[in-house]
Amino acid sequence: MTEQAAVVAKQHEPWLRIAKRPTISQRKAWSIRAAAFIAAILCGALLILLLGHSPFAVYSEMIRGAVGSKISLVSTIKIAIPLLIAALSVALSFKMQFWNIGAEGQILAGGIAATYFALEWVGVIPAVALFLLMFAAAAVGGALWGAIPALCKAKWNTNETLFTLMLNYVALGLIKYLQAGPWQKPGGHPQIAMFEDAARLPKVFGVHIGWIIAIVLVVVVTIFLSRSKHGFETAVVGQSPNTARYAGMNVGRVLVRTMIFAGALAGIVGFIQVAGADYTLTENTAGGVGFTAITVAWLAQLNPLAMVVVAIFIAVLEKGAGRIQTTYAIPASASDVLIGIILFFMLGCEFFINYRLILRKEGKKRG
Amino acid sequence: MDNLVNLLYAAVLAGTPLLFGTLGEILTEKSGNLNLGVEGMMFMGAIAGLAGVYFAEMWLGELTGIICLLIALLAAFVCGAFGALIYGFLTITLRANQNVTGLTLTIFGIGFANFFGEIIASASPTKFMAISTGAKATFANNPLFPGLVELAADNRWIYWINKLFFSYNLLVYIAIVVALLLAWFLNKTRAGLNLRAVGEDPAAADAAGIAVNRYKYLATVIGGGICGIGGMYISMVTAYGVWVHNCVGGRGWIAVALVIFATWSPSRAIFGALVFGGLSILRMYIPLGIPIEIYDLLPYLATIFVLILTSVRQSKEHNIPKHCGFNYFREER
Repeated sequence: MTEQAAVVAKQHEPWLRIAKRPTISQRKAWSIRAAAFIAAILCGALLILLLGHSPFAVYSEMIRGAVGSKISLVSTIKIAIPLLIAALSVALSFKMQFWNIGAEGQILAGGIAATYFALEWVGVIPAVALFLLMFAAAAVGGALWGAIPALCKAKWNTNETLFTLMLNYVALGLIKYLQAGPWQKPGGHPQIAMFEDAARLPKVFGVHIGWIIAIVLVVVVTIFLSRSKHGFETAVVGQSPNTARYAGMNVGRVLVRTMIFAGALAGIVGFIQVAGADYTLTENTAGGVGFTAITVAWLAQLNPLAMVVVAIFIAVLEKGAGRIQTTYAIPASASDVLIGIILFFMLGCEFFINYRLILRKEGKKRG
Repeated sequence: MDNLVNLLYAAVLAGTPLLFGTLGEILTEKSGNLNLGVEGMMFMGAIAGLAGVYFAEMWLGELTGIICLLIALLAAFVCGAFGALIYGFLTITLRANQNVTGLTLTIFGIGFANFFGEIIASASPTKFMAISTGAKATFANNPLFPGLVELAADNRWIYWINKLFFSYNLLVYIAIVVALLLAWFLNKTRAGLNLRAVGEDPAAADAAGIAVNRYKYLATVIGGGICGIGGMYISMVTAYGVWVHNCVGGRGWIAVALVIFATWSPSRAIFGALVFGGLSILRMYIPLGIPIEIYDLLPYLATIFVLILTSVRQSKEHNIPKHCGFNYFREER
């Protein structure tokens, strides 16, 4: 009887079951992530193959196009700088599970604020003072743009994802209005004038000093998250608002305060873009950086140091995609597709880090 | 009056893609999945619907009428559903974070559509990806009852009624039928009740013997397909059957916001889509003496207003499904 029952139980056991892993070694976790990454690259290779190109040639052309010469290296770094800082901003908000997809708008708000001083105050005050003023204005502009949804979230639990997203469009609309109206440069086109030299960021080693700002901010955010009381509170609120409340933290205040920091970081991106990269404000000042930064932050597991690596990797991908467009006539949107595929795989592989699959053991044969 | 009729007419045309996206997302969210990939799925549907007809015409010659419509509907639905399936597999089976997965789907979908749009366009002799004139006519705004048009020539009232109710492209009517069907399904059928139970409290639904994951998968995938049809509307009707880079341009996100505006009710979504469609074209009909750029902000500002308003007065009945946004782990309940 018992044996029969065991056989019946065996038949009802599923082929495959999952069980939570109690622990996993860091090495194993990272090798799973590496495997997922390679699988994603292979998936991209398949796509290239379908288009009738050699994946190896296309991938190596991408890398050559991104880091092959000094000029391309400089422009790759120029792509990585705003990505990195924006990713820091996104990471702060994601750390407390505040799904901020408004970095784009916060960048533009910072850009608008910095541009005001670049246009109106240039030549009035010394260049260093002007930069500091633009920097501060951009941080305040971005912080304001980030704080509004946080305030509403704290007070009424307003959906932050959509609110921050809508503010992106509002910022974009403001720029279009400024281009066509108050800040229009003389002569037909709706454009804002190029900044004068005094309002342009100086260069160090061929790249505008934004890269120094970025490195400093990586250190600041690392310390903020791992060493400061504020950073700790941010993490606790993210993991469990109830725990935070029970421990006597003011969840709403943590929310608003962290979003002020996050918004300020994004605002600084706006300053760097208008004063360092474009020398003017356009509707492409943010150019999707705020969205790509989300993937950078998530791929780096919200770890600021890992973000440096990921931001450079994504920058290589984007710059390389531009190159293969000219060489192989593969549209530059290929980089978006590839980023999407890589992220899908990375999101999926976390499951295999947290759980293990158990196959049904082949038991006694029936009969 | 003429101006008002024209405004409403244009609002219906502009609101229909929003309505499809909103309906798809309502169905998805009712199962407890908050899929932020609506924009991406609409993009995928937009390119797939257009490409489906484009390639079918390459094989079969010029297509018109019901066959052309069916091919476009099918291609858009399948492609949108495919995007939703990726999302569903990652969040339901692999338990990935819903927010990030949805955002990734948006990035992927935008890239996917623009990528194939450009590839196909550059491969065509004209460097444009466009469907034939006959196929375009399938998606044109034709009067439903040509007899009524003759009568409308003499009577202003008949003209207005004809214009407001019987002179859209076929997708507009399909959207309204889908909305009514969805309302009926959610509120009047056993399966709809089960689905709502899954979204509110999956553990209780599971205990009651409802196959939670099957409901989640089906709702998410069908919802994605409906979003895809919304994208197809944009490439076929709004862009007149020609591929336009970035053609969806944020409408998917407005659809996500409209779900909140409609408080998860398909019939209220019809009204919401009309309002938001109207706001997006208001500047061409009602001059307020403010800059054009500010006019274009109206839908977004209205969304923010609605978001705040609905969050300030939380009502129990018209609220987000309780378990929406969270994955369900049977062994961790």
